[in-house]
Amino acid sequence: MRKLQQLLLLFWTFFKIGLFTFGGGYAMIPLIESEVTLKHRWLTEKETLDLFIIAESTPGPVSVNSATYVGYKVAGLLGAFFATLGLALPSLLIIIVIALFYDQFMTLSWVQAAFYGIQAGVSILIIAAAIKLSRHLERNFYNIIALLVVVGLQIYLSTVDFTISTIYFIITGFVLGIVFYGLNNIKKGGSSK
Amino acid sequence: MIDFLLLLKLFWTFFKIGLFTFGGGYAMIPLMQSEVVGQNWLDYDTMINFLAISESTPGPFAINMATFIGENQAGLLGALVATTGVILPSFIIITIIAAVSGKFIQTRFVQAGLKGIRPIIIGLILSAGTLLVLHNLVDQYPLKGPFRLDMLILTINLAIIYFGYWIWKKRQLSPITFVIISAIFGLIIFI
Repeated sequence: MRKLQQLLLLFWTFFKIGLFTFGGGYAMIPLIESEVTLKHRWLTEKETLDLFIIAESTPGPVSVNSATYVGYKVAGLLGAFFATLGLALPSLLIIIVIALFYDQFMTLSWVQAAFYGIQAGVSILIIAAAIKLSRHLERNFYNIIALLVVVGLQIYLSTVDFTISTIYFIITGFVLGIVFYGLNNIKKGGSSK
Repeated sequence: MIDFLLLLKLFWTFFKIGLFTFGGGYAMIPLMQSEVVGQNWLDYDTMINFLAISESTPGPFAINMATFIGENQAGLLGALVATTGVILPSFIIITIIAAVSGKFIQTRFVQAGLKGIRPIIIGLILSAGTLLVLHNLVDQYPLKGPFRLDMLILTINLAIIYFGYWIWKKRQLSPITFVIISAIFGLIIFI
């Protein structure tokens, strides 16, 4: 009975987090801290920090990673399931409704006009996101060259109308990172970071 | 009649997207573009429109996108299958880490690899933004359609508002506020 209560509480907590997070991932971090760490005391401060490190360095959305991790720590596999379900459900319900009306909505001429403006706005949001991320990037040889090569290559490929799956870029980056930073470590005598 | 092949393809595509997204949110855009637009499940403009909708509705971008495309392609079942697909890699990996240990993530080997991915992801996001600007400015890019002066003026104005606010207030406008501002500009110019 207590177990069931705990599962429902996990579900409800992450349902709220899913419902009140706009703009995804990083916007959720303060909400998780207040609900998970301060209110329910599911994790200690130290564990919360570990959680964010793990959520950011594993694949997948930060929010889904966090929900699964907290759920598992509190109530095992079932806990992970209910927390993740809670997080996903608000999106799922809201978007299904939007998807149903999207096509009709888009035929309205004033909506089309608004979305022309929005497309210009989104291009700025995307570039701003890249600028924001790049401020945390160490200015070394590898980072600068890798960034420039990717941008140059992607823009060149677009002019010849050719797409390479991003997955190959990411795998290449992982391998190059090991080569570059791994070798650097050996040269410096092995201290990490 | 349920199209199992389509459902399987939806599941697998979003499973891959979930597995290869590092850093969340915007890092998913280039991946979405190469995997989903490439399949002809939705066109580029719809993806960008939906990105704006996703920014203005609650919930993680990945789940919003999976649900939208799933629903579009194969109805309610499609939405469920695609969303499950995008969540499952996280769920499996995190459960293993929580059950066993997250220590291996902090090994030098994995951290070196992750550091190698970072500039690549930023490069991919930056090129996605640049390509969207080009797409907006040149009709039917890259086919060299007519140049659109109205879009150029609009983009410059919006950039001044966004970056001006960022520099002036030392923080960014929330995406929803900026989407609304952009929509109002669109209505004024294009209606």
